[in-house]
Amino acid sequence: MAVDISNYLAVSAILFTIGVVGIFLNRRNVIIILMSIELILLSVNINLVAFSAHLGDLVGQVFALIVLTVAAAEAAIGLAILVVFFRNRGSIQVEDVNMMKG
Amino acid sequence: MTLATAFFYLFSAVMLASAVMVIASRNPVHSVLFLILAFFNAAGLFLLLGAEFLAMILVVVYVGAVAVLFLFVVMMLDIDFGELRSGAMQYLPIGGLIGVILAVELILVLTSWAFGPEIAPALASPAPEPTVMDNVAALGAILYTRYVLFFQLSGLILLVAMIGAIVLTLRHKEGVRRQDIAAQVARNKSGIEIRKVESGKGI
Repeated sequence: MAVDISNYLAVSAILFTIGVVGIFLNRRNVIIILMSIELILLSVNINLVAFSAHLGDLVGQVFALIVLTVAAAEAAIGLAILVVFFRNRGSIQVEDVNMMKG
Repeated sequence: MTLATAFFYLFSAVMLASAVMVIASRNPVHSVLFLILAFFNAAGLFLLLGAEFLAMILVVVYVGAVAVLFLFVVMMLDIDFGELRSGAMQYLPIGGLIGVILAVELILVLTSWAFGPEIAPALASPAPEPTVMDNVAALGAILYTRYVLFFQLSGLILLVAMIGAIVLTLRHKEGVRRQDIAAQVARNKSGIEIRKVESGKGI
């Protein structure tokens, strides 16, 4: 393996941080928040594959495949909820999501 | 510096830069396109790690399905995105501070450790040499045998997601004529009126 595992872990840590900061910065826009979650799950996948490759164990890649599936399902459900919410309220601002407040 | 190292730095730099653009760009369509670029470069990193199947799946699933889904929703909803971004700068100091702390902590943790000696003999399913069996075949050999439960579980997750998305977004509008197959098949001749239509005229 040409590149040390620490480099991959550092890259995925930075990507994870970018995703978390994206949730902080775009507190109003749900679409960007969903994309930030995709970035966070991608960084998790990079971690899993890096460990899998450096240990020579394939289970990490099986798990990365399941994380990928969950990420795709989450994006589909999240966007469907977003579309329904936009139909009902005419906006996608996170601050408007208070219909269940007592 | 070997070729692999050069490509590692290229893929990582482009991926991180486009990830920053995903959260920073004003236009959500640009965000989605930068997300696609980030996923392509992540696929390049997976290729460098020898996970060819996951790299191709990342391109197919994310670029082919998820990113297009995002693009579709961004363009379908009629939203004033300039107004949505108005309060973004307000959270920049606290967000940046938390981000820097999180990144420093994660990098400190992730770069200061070593594999223990008891790890190597305890692997669950060691990967065969690439000369013996390539990554796709090796992954298939364990995915359909030892980990078939997880494989079916992920299929179930996708089924639930599909049903959920359809149930959420399907709506029955008033005034839309739908096919009622039972009523159509049950019609008999007495309910039908046959008219002679002259050519060039309607009824």
